[in-house]
Amino acid sequence: MNMIPTNYYLVLSAILFGLGVIAFVFKRNIIVIFMSIELMLNAVNLAFVAFSQAMGKLDGQVFVLFVIVVAAAEATVGLGIIILTARNRQSLNIERVDLLKL
Amino acid sequence: MTPQLGIFCVLAALSVLGALSLILQKHPIHSALSLIVVMVSLAGLYLLMGAEFVAAVQIIVYGGAIMVLFVFVIMLLNAGVEEYTNLSKLAGIAGIPLTVALAGFIAAAIGRSGEAVQAAAQTGAVSSTRGISTMLFKDFVYPFELTSVLILVAILGAIVLAQREK
Repeated sequence: MNMIPTNYYLVLSAILFGLGVIAFVFKRNIIVIFMSIELMLNAVNLAFVAFSQAMGKLDGQVFVLFVIVVAAAEATVGLGIIILTARNRQSLNIERVDLLKL
Repeated sequence: MTPQLGIFCVLAALSVLGALSLILQKHPIHSALSLIVVMVSLAGLYLLMGAEFVAAVQIIVYGGAIMVLFVFVIMLLNAGVEEYTNLSKLAGIAGIPLTVALAGFIAAAIGRSGEAVQAAAQTGAVSSTRGISTMLFKDFVYPFELTSVLILVAILGAIVLAQREK
């Protein structure tokens, strides 16, 4: 039914993960850094679904659901923290957010 | 080239371009829109793999909920163009070798595991949504209940964090 080798999906997942790491290291805006974490989670999800399809088992897709739930919870709390720090420091630059305490 | 491979190539190129655009754009809202492109093309790839339920959840939760939250926060904080300092250049100098090393490790791992995966492959066409629900409520019922507690904690945390101090 499916003619695409699993390796293609794994390579795409690795490329996306690498781009996420690059964005995480290079970007200076705290919101964009947070978005690059989501990109890495998405890349890992792609690998999970690819393995699930290759093995003919559904465990991988169930794990993807859990990852999505955790990502949603993380996004809510993380964005709350970002709003708080931005309000306290009047800046979204990561280099101005180098102390936990104001 | 089969039609499936063509669709895969288009969606893969779209997602990589979206990820590149996330890095290259200077304004956060443009980065957020590029990330939405990545997520929608990944949903297309899930459909291609026969994982309809995961594709729907990807669109609804990632594209619909999480990205709307991001865009809301960007607009709420009136985020402008990124500013770069000397420390940013330092991050670049240190980051390039580390990223290349990570990419090398991942490529080596894929190269080693590729044949094993292909060998273990079996084309069992499983009804994905029904199978996932059975699994979720039988084998993974305790983790599933734990995620509901996690979401409750996240809601409380967001409310506590975002409320204004007196």
